[in-house]
Amino acid sequence: MAHLPRRTHSILLILSFQICFSTIFAVFGSVFFQEEFSEELLLKPLPDRKVLAHFHFETTAPPLSTSHGRHHHLFPKAIAQLVQKFHVKEMELSFTQGRWNYDRWGGFDPISSSNAKPPGVELWAVFDVPKDQVDASWKNLTHTLSGLFCASINFLESSTTYSTHEWGFHPSSGGLRYGTLPREAVCTENLTPWLKLLPCRDKAGLSALLDRPSIYRGFYHSQRLHLTSSEFHSSGVESGIVLEQALTVVLQPNSHKMSKTFSSETKLQPSWSLSSIFGRKVTGRCILAKTSNVYLQLERGLVTGLENLQKDNMITGPDHVGSGGLKDNPGFELSVRPDKMFKEVNSLHGKSSSILYEYSIERYSVFEPFDLGLTWKFPVVWSCPRAPLHSSRFLMGSGNQRGTIAISFTSTDLEEGFLSANIGEESCKLQADIFQVVPWYIKAYYHTLRVFVDGQPEAITNVVEKMHVSPSEDKESPGVMELVLKFPCAVKSAALTLEFDKGFLHIDEYPPDANQGFDIPSAVIIFPNFQTSMHYLEDNSSNKSPMLSKFQEKSPVLSYTEVLLVPLTTPDFSMPYNVITITCTVFALYFGSLLNVLRRRVGEEERILKNSASKKAGRLPQLLSRLSAKLRGKEWEPPQSPSTSSSFISSKLILKVFIVAGVAVFWQYYSE
Amino acid sequence: MVLHCYSHFLAHSLPKELKGNLIIFCADVASAMFIRATGRNLQIAYGQSLKFLDLVKLSEKSDILPSGDIAALVYLWNPFTIVACVGLSTSPVENLAIILSLYGACRRIAPLAAFGWVMATHLSLYPVILIIPMILLLGYGPDTPPRKLFLQRKYVEVGDTPSNDRCQQGEAVDQPELPYVFSWRPVIHFLFWTSLWLVYVLVLCGVSVKQYGGLWELFKRTYGFMLTVQDLSPNMGVLWYFFAEVFDFFRNFFLIVFHGNILFMILPLAIRLKHRPFFLAFVYIVISSMLKSYPSVGDSALYLGLLGLFVNELADMKFSFFLFCGYIGVSLLSPVMHNLWIWRGTGNANFYFATAMAYACLQIILVVESVSAMLNHDRKLRKLSATKVLDGKT
Repeated sequence: MAHLPRRTHSILLILSFQICFSTIFAVFGSVFFQEEFSEELLLKPLPDRKVLAHFHFETTAPPLSTSHGRHHHLFPKAIAQLVQKFHVKEMELSFTQGRWNYDRWGGFDPISSSNAKPPGVELWAVFDVPKDQVDASWKNLTHTLSGLFCASINFLESSTTYSTHEWGFHPSSGGLRYGTLPREAVCTENLTPWLKLLPCRDKAGLSALLDRPSIYRGFYHSQRLHLTSSEFHSSGVESGIVLEQALTVVLQPNSHKMSKTFSSETKLQPSWSLSSIFGRKVTGRCILAKTSNVYLQLERGLVTGLENLQKDNMITGPDHVGSGGLKDNPGFELSVRPDKMFKEVNSLHGKSSSILYEYSIERYSVFEPFDLGLTWKFPVVWSCPRAPLHSSRFLMGSGNQRGTIAISFTSTDLEEGFLSANIGEESCKLQADIFQVVPWYIKAYYHTLRVFVDGQPEAITNVVEKMHVSPSEDKESPGVMELVLKFPCAVKSAALTLEFDKGFLHIDEYPPDANQGFDIPSAVIIFPNFQTSMHYLEDNSSNKSPMLSKFQEKSPVLSYTEVLLVPLTTPDFSMPYNVITITCTVFALYFGSLLNVLRRRVGEEERILKNSASKKAGRLPQLLSRLSAKLRGKEWEPPQSPSTSSSFISSKLILKVFIVAGVAVFWQYYSE
Repeated sequence: MVLHCYSHFLAHSLPKELKGNLIIFCADVASAMFIRATGRNLQIAYGQSLKFLDLVKLSEKSDILPSGDIAALVYLWNPFTIVACVGLSTSPVENLAIILSLYGACRRIAPLAAFGWVMATHLSLYPVILIIPMILLLGYGPDTPPRKLFLQRKYVEVGDTPSNDRCQQGEAVDQPELPYVFSWRPVIHFLFWTSLWLVYVLVLCGVSVKQYGGLWELFKRTYGFMLTVQDLSPNMGVLWYFFAEVFDFFRNFFLIVFHGNILFMILPLAIRLKHRPFFLAFVYIVISSMLKSYPSVGDSALYLGLLGLFVNELADMKFSFFLFCGYIGVSLLSPVMHNLWIWRGTGNANFYFATAMAYACLQIILVVESVSAMLNHDRKLRKLSATKVLDGKT
């Protein structure tokens, strides 16, 4: 009796194990090909002796319909749940410290226009829910993200901090919310949860380079999380969820080694290596990654500079650099020989194009770490491609009552040939879109908008093509201004001014350090006629790099202006009690004295009555005192007319005493 | 005077601003004219009542000042009025509506009174409490000494006269007595016209704000904004700082308390001063301009102008010199403190708040002292008439 069940048990057990294993294998097998992870690092020397490092991690998950339920192999579960729950169609979250220098670090390449972000936290999200539920989804999303990234993103929940827009910032039909927290401090506590989303965390692969002290020592640091999901698309190809994590750092290599100067005006660029800027080396790839590459990008300007150098040195022809003679490169020397080299395909800008060296990490290991080094041999001076107009924003006016926001544009002169190539000379117009959000306590008067072109005031209708304004509402919503400006191409400088009044807040609405001032979020300037895309000639390899394909996407040139710091008037924070008590006292005085004046007649009459009464019975108090003495002596004296009142008083007193005693007894009883 | 100031200002103002400026200027001048007319009316009533009480000697002894002229001049020359006019504030228009309603009630022109009241309420809500003095004004006529005096007087006279002359004397008494009984006719007229104007204004508002959320939204954005003190920018009152500092937890409580303070005083004052409805209206205006959520100098200009109407009755008011100096001091100090705090950043909110507090105290003293002076005046009249009666008896 007992054997049979045991045997059947064991058989069942084995069977179930088999089923389990087979399903697990099936899941692994199918998912392994579908969920993908890739890690890439782009290094780029910058003209002002700094180095840009751009980490790009991409994780993709197949759509829910084709994958196996909610099991994820590589894709972070938290993000997948978030997408499922809040129906996020697209989302971007960035934590930034420092300000991207558009003049020196470039303003016309994919990295600057899609990865340079305003200081603090920026979040925008597109939801695939009915319009009336968008705000609720946004609220939930901000709370979730704030928990995920250990940041106060939940402050974006209140309607005063986020906004909707019509067309200014991102082409999307409704369902988009945009919010920024300019003052959010970004630190390692935000980076750690961000790294946790990677399959290898920071234990292996390229992310192992992310040494906290060396990253936060940099001039600019921006970690970004971009999420696209096509789960809820009713039509079109389903590509699942794509999670892009990018980290852009601008670092200063140590330059004390370099001592010799070549000429009076040019100094040799500092030489660097991965170990010198990050303090670590790459010890192999993340095993889960499909591709794991490091790129070194030489900019167009730098390539031109190198070519000139080569010409000067009379070594070879101008296209020698392009053909890959690295050993002969006169400008610099690389410590590791690149695996591949790509050249940018450009039809527009003639002479030279930027160069990309690719290193595959796969063959490196702990015993043979990858440490790319770049040693400069000759000084090269170059500049980065810049946006057609350099924009900056500042405050005008003094005092705490009102002020003026000014956005100024100056032509960068670099792209003139570019412009003429793009559009015909006659009707040449330079379009710039501005998207500006101001908090409600900056009460902007949009009718005071004035435009100056080349220092001369210009009629608004000549310049402003399209305008959308939603005025702020006190403690309800921020003010949003979206503008499409069209300047003549020959514009040298332009400026926009907008006057505002400063609001007065409740004592609780001031941040802890109120006298520091309030931050107005960055304005977004978009040049929709200029597209950034870098197309590198690849050798038709099947595994296309996600980062490079991202670079290929055409996106308009975009730049953020500075964050403005507006000082607001503060009340005395130590005064609430004083103010309440003093004001209440004054009003009590008013109430009391006015009532007193009004009822004075009664007092007079009473006095008259008293006078007449005292004439009649002057010995009343004496009588009363005598009576009380009598009452003490004899309890039950036949009561006279005044004694009724006194006995009444005494009975009242006794009653009061009884009530108090009763309350005390109750209190005693209940407290025990 | 104002005209000169105005023409000086006109020369510098842009043509665009001219229209609004003219309206405000005209409103000020019209208010002054109406104050003058009201003052004459009041003065005639005062003289009549004194004559009736046989106190003509009193009026001859201390010659009755032309209170209407004085009030109109005070209104026009008041620096507060000039400031409100130059600053293109809308308060002159609100003041005009209030004065119009009072003038209409004084002259018993029910449509005008109703129009003024509805417009004033529509513009600034607080004049809604003026309906009580206006009904009294329409019912009893302009200010008189207490009704008891007349009754006493009548009784004495009737008692004094020999029996054969009684009917004659009674007729003679009846004639001036007529205004002192409450007559319902003008009141009902007034209520009818009020409802008519009210419907008219509401329909017009409803039509014009139909596409922006209707009347409810309008009330929420205008009266709601006044009642829940949302804007905390500094002004002449004390509530902005109070509500900037008070704990959010108690905010609603204090909102109720401060607005209740206006309402609490309505009934006692109405009972005590029902024989002087115009003075009652003045007291209501002072109280509401002191306790309203966003007071301005225009409100002070109105009640200071109206104060001139009672120059005869309030002749022996206490602290009048102190009040005068206080007003001058506050109106000089308050801009300085505002400038120091907001523009220079060297001052502190507390300094400005202190001047606002002092200003509130001055207004309180003004209200209390004027009410007490008015009651004392009545007392004096009674005493005089009592002695007169005694003299007549003996």
